[in-house]
Amino acid sequence: MKAARKASQRRSRLVVSLFAVVMAMLAITAPGAASADEVGTDEYDFVFSGNVKYNSEPLEDVLIKVSGNGYENEVVTDAEGKWKIGVPEKDKYTITIDESTLPKGVIVADDEANGASKEAEFGLTGNKTVNFFLGEGVRNVTSFGDQLLERIVNGLNFGLMLALAAIGASLVFGTTGLSNFAHGELVTLGAVFTLVLGVFNQWPLLLAIPVAVLLSGAVGLGLDAALWRPLRKRGTGLTQLLIVSIGLSLALRYLIQFFIGGNIYQLPGSSDTKINLFGSVSLSVVDMVSMGVSIVVLLAVAWWLTRTRIGKATRAISDNPSLAAASGINVNGVVRIVWVVSAALAGLAGILWAFFIPGIKWDMGGGFLLLIFAAITLGGLGTAFGAAIGSLIVGLLVEVSTLWIPSDLKYLGALAVLIVVLLVRPQGLLGRKERIG
Amino acid sequence: MSSSAPKTAAPVKSTGLHTGDIAPGVAKVDPIIIADKVTRTFGGLAAVDVDHLEIPRNAITALIGPNGAGKTTLFNLLTGFDKPNTGDWSFNGKSLSGVPAFRVAQLGQVRTFQLTKALGLLTVLENMKLGAKTQLGERMLPSLFPFLWRKQETEIEEKAMEILARFKLDTKADDFAASLSGGQRKLLEMARALMSDPVLVMLDEPMAGVNPALTQSLLEHILDLKTQGMTVLFVEHDMQMVSHIADWVVVMAEGKVVSEGPPDIVMKDPAVIDAYLGAHIDTDLGVVTGRYAAADGSKTTKLTAEQITAEGAAEADEVEPEVKKAAKRPAAKAASSKKEADK
Amino acid sequence: MDWGAVLNNTAGWLISPTTIAYAIAAVGLAVHFGYGGLLNFGMAGFMALGAYGYAISILSFGLPWWAGIIVGMLAATVFALILGIPTLRLRADYLAIVTIAAAEIVRLLFTTQVFDEFTNSADGLGGYHAGFRGANPIPEGTYGFGPWQYTENQWWVRIFGILILAVVVLIVFLLMRSPWGRVLKGIREDEDAVRALGKNVFAYKMQSLVLGGVFGALGGVVFALPSAVVPAVYVTSLTFFLWTILLLGGAATIFGPVVGSVIFWVIMAFLDNVLPQLAADDILPISNIQAAVVRYIFVGVALLLIVIFRPQGIFGNKKELTFVK
Repeated sequence: MKAARKASQRRSRLVVSLFAVVMAMLAITAPGAASADEVGTDEYDFVFSGNVKYNSEPLEDVLIKVSGNGYENEVVTDAEGKWKIGVPEKDKYTITIDESTLPKGVIVADDEANGASKEAEFGLTGNKTVNFFLGEGVRNVTSFGDQLLERIVNGLNFGLMLALAAIGASLVFGTTGLSNFAHGELVTLGAVFTLVLGVFNQWPLLLAIPVAVLLSGAVGLGLDAALWRPLRKRGTGLTQLLIVSIGLSLALRYLIQFFIGGNIYQLPGSSDTKINLFGSVSLSVVDMVSMGVSIVVLLAVAWWLTRTRIGKATRAISDNPSLAAASGINVNGVVRIVWVVSAALAGLAGILWAFFIPGIKWDMGGGFLLLIFAAITLGGLGTAFGAAIGSLIVGLLVEVSTLWIPSDLKYLGALAVLIVVLLVRPQGLLGRKERIG
Repeated sequence: MSSSAPKTAAPVKSTGLHTGDIAPGVAKVDPIIIADKVTRTFGGLAAVDVDHLEIPRNAITALIGPNGAGKTTLFNLLTGFDKPNTGDWSFNGKSLSGVPAFRVAQLGQVRTFQLTKALGLLTVLENMKLGAKTQLGERMLPSLFPFLWRKQETEIEEKAMEILARFKLDTKADDFAASLSGGQRKLLEMARALMSDPVLVMLDEPMAGVNPALTQSLLEHILDLKTQGMTVLFVEHDMQMVSHIADWVVVMAEGKVVSEGPPDIVMKDPAVIDAYLGAHIDTDLGVVTGRYAAADGSKTTKLTAEQITAEGAAEADEVEPEVKKAAKRPAAKAASSKKEADK
Repeated sequence: MDWGAVLNNTAGWLISPTTIAYAIAAVGLAVHFGYGGLLNFGMAGFMALGAYGYAISILSFGLPWWAGIIVGMLAATVFALILGIPTLRLRADYLAIVTIAAAEIVRLLFTTQVFDEFTNSADGLGGYHAGFRGANPIPEGTYGFGPWQYTENQWWVRIFGILILAVVVLIVFLLMRSPWGRVLKGIREDEDAVRALGKNVFAYKMQSLVLGGVFGALGGVVFALPSAVVPAVYVTSLTFFLWTILLLGGAATIFGPVVGSVIFWVIMAFLDNVLPQLAADDILPISNIQAAVVRYIFVGVALLLIVIFRPQGIFGNKKELTFVK
C-alpha cells in the first residue's frame, strides 16, 4: 500500500513539473506585447491615430494602449512618432500612454488627461486623432513591493487598534458569556468624548485623550452597575442579554447622533503631513504615536492578564465560572473590572481610529463592531490572545486587499474571512473545539 | 431498592447468548451491534477504548462501571451523538460510523438521556406524536395541506394513546410535559421512544432520580420491551436492578471493557470487583486500616499505613504497572481467603 | 400645536406601504426566531436582496414585474443557504454574528462603484414602476375618506402588500399547526431530544431560515414598490427595528409581527409629527433635527425594556418562550 502511494505521489509531482515547464515555455515564447506602428487598421473601419512628440522631437517606441467596449489593443510609435490603432465599433475608448516607455524626465502633462489616459470617441468620420501634451517631470511610480509595504504598515496600525477593542469584547464574552453588540458604540464614545473635550471645549489633546479614556471606562462601569449586573442577578438568559445589548446599541447610537449630529468631525492632528520613513512608506507623527500607544497598551494588558491576580482571575472565570466562584474569587468584582477595562480599551481604540480614518461620525461604531467580531471569530471566541492575533490578521487583510479590490469594498475581505473561518474551523485559530456547538 | 421484592414472577433470563469462552469481547450468537477498536479521546485522556464488543439481540444488556468509565460516551458514540477518533461499528450489519444521530434513530436505534429530555413546552400527547416515524406532515410542503396528513395524524394519535395507557400516562395526555414529575417524565421519554417501533432501545440511567415507587413500574416496562422482541441496552449504577433484569452485563472501567457475561458470573469476576466495587469490599474498613481486630478472628489482611498509601498511589497511576500489580495481589488474596473462610 | 394635522398624518401610517412591508419582514423574522429559535440579525440584507432583485430584474434585464418578485425570492433563498450551511450546526451566537456581517456585505456590494452598471451604487434605483402600475385593476381616481385618501396607484400598492401579508400569515398559520411546526417547536426547546427521535434538525433549521428569508425579501419588494431602492436604507438599524417590532408584538405569534409593525410605525409617525412641533414651540429644549433623532433613541430603550420586562410581547405566552430563562 505504501509503495503504491509513493508511486502516485511521484507521478503527480512529475505532472506538476511538466505543467510548470510548459507554462514557462509558453510565457517566454509568447509573442511580444507590441508590434508595428499600425495595428488593427486592416480589420476595422474605425481608427485612432496620433503623433507623439516632445519639444517638437518625435518619440519612437512609445507604447500606446487602447481599451473600451470589451476590446483592447496596443501599438508602438514608429520612427516619426506616429501610431494607428483600429477599433471594431464607434464608441468611447480610453487611450493610454505607457509612461514607462517615455524617455526619462518626460511625463504626460495634459490637463485633459486623467493621469496618462484620455477618453476619446469618434465624430462623423471613422478617424480620430488623439494627442498628448508631454512635459518635464518625474513619474510618480510606486512599485508593487512599495505599495504592499505601505499597506502592510497601515494594516498593522489598524490591526493594533482593532486589537484593543477586540480584546475587551473577548474578555467580556469570556467572563459573562455575553456577545456585546453595543461594543461598537463604546468605541464611538471614546472618539466622541475626545471630540467634545478637545475640540468643542478646546482642551489640549494630551489632556483630552486620557480623560476621554477614563470617561469611557466610567461608562463601562456604569453600564455594568445599572444594567448588566442586575440582569445577571436576575438570571436573565444569554439570548435575552444579547437582544438587550442590541437595544442598548440602538439607544447609544442615536443618543450620540442626538448630541453631535450627522456630520463628520476631525480631531486636530488628523491631517498631519506624512513623514517618509523608508521606501514609499510614509507615516505621520500621529500614526507612529498611535501604533506605539497600541503596542504599549496591548503589552500592558497581556501583562495584566498573565501576571496579576485579577488578570488570572478573569481567565479562571472565563474557563469555569462556578469553580472560580467556589474557589473564593469575587466574580462580580472581577467582572466589574473587566467591564471598565474593556470599555476603556474600546474608547482608546475609538480615539486612535478617529485619527486613522480620519474622522468621527455618529455611526462609525457599527462598521468597527463587525470587524471586531471577525477578529474574535478568527482568533477564537473567548481567548484574549486569539482576539489580538485575529485583529492583526484582519487589519492586514483589510488594508492589503485594497491592492486588488476597490477600496470601498475593503471591509468585504474581513467579513468574508468570517464566513470562511466558520466553515472551515469554527473554533478559530486558538479557540478550543468544545466551545462551539 | 433492596427492599422491593418483585411482585410478579422472576424475569426469565436469556441464556446461551455467547459463543466461546466468556471474556471481554466475546462473540455473540446473534449480535445486533458489533463494535471494533472504538476510541474517543478528550485532550489526551482516553474516554473510550473498546477493542471489541458485541451486543446480543433480543436480550437485555446492562452497561455498568464506575463514574468516568466511559459508559455515556460509548452511548453517545454508538447513537451518533459524538464522533469517535477511531473505530467502526455496525448495527444490524449496517456500518454506523460517521452516521449522524438522526439517521441512527431512523434506522431503529433509539435512546433516552441521562437528564430527561421530555419537551416541556409540548403536551404529553404532542411529545408522543413527535416520536412517530412516518408523518408526511412533518415535511414542509405537505404540511401546508392538512388533508394530506390528517389521517396519519389520527392513526398516530391512537397509537400514542395506546402506549400512554400502557404507561399509565393517558390521563395526562393534554398536560404540558413540564407539569409531570421527574419519574413520569422518564416514563414519557421511554414511551415516546417506543412510538417509532424501534429495534434497539438504549436507556441512559433509566432509574436515575426516580422515586422507588416508580422503579417497579419502570422495570416492568423494560422487561416488556424484551417480550415484544426489542433489544435493550441500558446504563445503570444500581447493581440490584442490574442483576434482577439483565441477561448480559458489560463492565467498563477507564474506557475499556474489563469484563462481560451473565450477571452472576460478572459479579464474581475479581477484575470487576477490583475496578468497580473496590479492592476490600468484603472487609470492614476498620479492620483494613487496623483500628480494631476482625470480629470473627478469621484470617484477614491487615494493611500497614505504607501499604494503604502504596495502593492509593498505584490507583492514582503515579506508579509503574509492576508495583501496581504487587499492591493488588494481597487484595485478591484477601478476597479469596475470606471466601474460603466463609465457605 | 396642530393636533388635527398630527392625527391626520399619523393615521395614514396604519396602512402605509412601509408598515405593511415591515409587517411582512417581521413575520419572516418570527419564522426565524420566534418559531425556529434562529438568531438572524441580517434581515436588512434579505430585504435589500428582494428590493434590488425586483428593481434590477426590471431595469437591467427587462423582466416583467412579477418575475422580478420571483428573482428577489430566489436571491433570498441563495443567501439563506450561504448563511445557513456554515452556521446552523454551531451555536446561536455565531449565526447572529454572521448574519449581521453578511447583511453589511450585501449593503456594501450594492453601494460599491464596481456594480454601478446594475445598482447605480449609492444613488440607488428608481423608475421601475411601470410594469406594476400597468397591472393595476383599479380605475384612475382618488378614493378613500378622511386621512386615507389615495390615488389608484397608491391603493394598488397597499392592496397588493396586504394580499402578500395575508398569504404570508396564512402560510405561517398552517405551518405552525402542522407536524412540521411541531418538530420545529421541539427543536427550539431541545435539539438533541428531537434528533434522538430521528428528525434531521439541520434540515428543519435550514427550511426555517429559507422561508423566513423569502418573506423578508417579499417585505423588501413591497417596500420598494411605491418608491425607490437606495442602499443606505438597508442598514443594521433596519434589522434592529424589525426585532423591536417582533418582540413588541410577540415573537412566536401569528399576528404579533403585524400588530407590532402597526403600533411601531404609528408611534414613530406620531412622534415624528409631535416632537418637531414641540421643539419648534420651544416646549422641548431641543432642535428640530434632534427631535427627529429622539424617536430612534426611544426605539432602542423600548427594545431594552420589552426584552427585560415583557419578552413575550403583547400576544405572546411567557411559558412558550424558549429564549427566556
